[in-house]
Amino acid sequence: MRFLFKTDYEDDIRLFPHSGYVVSYGLLLAVLLIAPYALSSYLMSQLVFVCIYATVGVALLILTGFTGQASLGHAAFLAIGAYTAAYLQKYGVPFPVYFLAAGLLTGLIGALVGFPALRLQGIYLVIATISFAFIVEEILARWESVTNGNEGMRIKAVSLFGITVSRDSPTFYFLCLAVLVLTIVGTLNLLRSPTGRAFVAIRDSETAARSMGVNVALYKVKSFAISAAITGFAGVLFAHKLSFISPEMFTLQLSIEFIIVILIGGTFSLHGAVLGAIFIVMIDPFLTYLKDDMPGIIAGIAATFGAGTQGAANIQSKVAAFASLNGLKGAIYGIIIVLFVLFEPLGLYGRWLKIKLFFQLFPLYKRATFKRQKIYVKSERNR
Amino acid sequence: MLDFVQQLVSGVALGCVYGLIALGFVLVYKATEVVNFAQGDLMMLGGFFAFTFIGMMGLNYWVGFAGAVAAMALFGMLAERVVVRPILGYPQFSIIMATIGLGYFLRSVSGMIWGTDDFKIDTPFSQGVLRIGSLVLADDKLSVIAATVILCTLLWLFFNKTTLGTAMRASSENMLAAYYMGIPVKRVVSIVWAISAAVATCAGVLLAPITFIHSNVGLVLGLKAFPAAVLGGFGSIPGAVVGGVLIGVIESMAGFYLAEGWKDVAPYIVLLAVLLLKPEGLFGRHVRKKV
Repeated sequence: MRFLFKTDYEDDIRLFPHSGYVVSYGLLLAVLLIAPYALSSYLMSQLVFVCIYATVGVALLILTGFTGQASLGHAAFLAIGAYTAAYLQKYGVPFPVYFLAAGLLTGLIGALVGFPALRLQGIYLVIATISFAFIVEEILARWESVTNGNEGMRIKAVSLFGITVSRDSPTFYFLCLAVLVLTIVGTLNLLRSPTGRAFVAIRDSETAARSMGVNVALYKVKSFAISAAITGFAGVLFAHKLSFISPEMFTLQLSIEFIIVILIGGTFSLHGAVLGAIFIVMIDPFLTYLKDDMPGIIAGIAATFGAGTQGAANIQSKVAAFASLNGLKGAIYGIIIVLFVLFEPLGLYGRWLKIKLFFQLFPLYKRATFKRQKIYVKSERNR
Repeated sequence: MLDFVQQLVSGVALGCVYGLIALGFVLVYKATEVVNFAQGDLMMLGGFFAFTFIGMMGLNYWVGFAGAVAAMALFGMLAERVVVRPILGYPQFSIIMATIGLGYFLRSVSGMIWGTDDFKIDTPFSQGVLRIGSLVLADDKLSVIAATVILCTLLWLFFNKTTLGTAMRASSENMLAAYYMGIPVKRVVSIVWAISAAVATCAGVLLAPITFIHSNVGLVLGLKAFPAAVLGGFGSIPGAVVGGVLIGVIESMAGFYLAEGWKDVAPYIVLLAVLLLKPEGLFGRHVRKKV
């Protein structure tokens, strides 16, 4: 086991605590850079979505994970970013300009949402953000002169310095990856700055933060604005990747998916956003795979265990019928959410840390290290 | 004028449904400080149970109704035992997510079992109308209003006058202290979930003639019940119903007098306004945290 000796403050806030980090993240980056030349176009497309979802996940982590303000309205911020891009592009604004404009506008709206949120806590905030998202969705559907209503808007490929970047090209993937990496690095820097520390203080105890001189209102609005702005940037990429946007893409369902991203990944570290995004985006191809191949595999297993040809075919058709049931995906989603909340509250990244610690401390690892404290006394109503 | 009264009555009837769902939220919130995002889906499931008993098995309406309520009360206890109890005492966010997950699961599973069609339950109120002068009121809407008033009164009496109700209020204030005072907190929570699921079932069955039952009805109406609960102040039983009625009336008036599109947004605009101006709601009490 490695011991890190910290002799000054600089050591404490270092981005890479030791050389191992540089090597492993360098390797990861190298793999990501050669990925487009090794993977199929379908997987590449999924990887682009992973980048976009992870960017939103990071944004949501700033707000929910580090400032403690839950939001079920991030689909609306994504929509605002996407529609700003589509609208400005129609008038010939170049990509870098509308990319920034979308982020700024979304950030501004995020700050505006943050103001009412100052007085709200917990469940009320969740409900308020849901209402905000509904109102945005309805505006998108009704403000036809700008958003083209329910017919949706087409958005042309990115044109960067005179080069057209098609949405399936490796360049577009690099663009998304660059946005993700910049977001993560920026967020890491933010979190080790006084602003980030104020966020965490507010999350842990608002009263304590206030008595230590943190301007709670200001930092909550800041957190909303930053989170919304990053989501707005992701929205531009999202619109370009889909090349067509319409109001029904940005429903509560999408907001919930974003929350699932950080819930499954883990809400206490930025790793969680990336792991959760991989999980959410890859669940679709995985389910498709199950649907197509699982019946055959199960029938094969049944056949080897002595079920006759007739029996195996029977089983195959039954499994296939089950797999093609309409709501299966929703049910699996539901089960996954519940199981994670119940059994893996720290998410995938928490599981990774546990496994790592198990080997580091072998044979001294104990489960209680990661046990959460239950609080029966505190009523969240009176704070 | 006649139009106005008609709109008012249908708004009140719709609002009572929101109020009934909101009652479920409020009950669970009052007793455990958990907000159940699956409340609408419990309502939907209750409707499907009643449909199975009445429509498919051909039972008498009232027997089927009672059967559905009993079955759902058991289901509510089961859901509490499996999903909620292990995470009581953890931050609210986890519990909200768990109930969202439960809602997803219920919606999909009932979609698989009963299909995605709309179902209708024949009730004794389906056909009749009440005429007052030239005003025509449908019995099914009146039945919703009557049932809401009765349920609300019963629950209010239950919470304020009975020992069990007092125990529930105590465990919501401070679970640990309630436990020390000899209140079996776990059983109390379990009973609250049973009651809340039963109330949701009443809403679902009464609603069946008006909006029909389909697997997404819970999501749609459940989300509308939030503004109702917030408007009434999240912890108040009469508040939930009054809030529900207000939201229902606002919605149906907005649908009638304002341009298309306002109908769906109006409840949420009202909700945001309430949260901004009076976050504790109409009937809630505002408490500051003492350090």
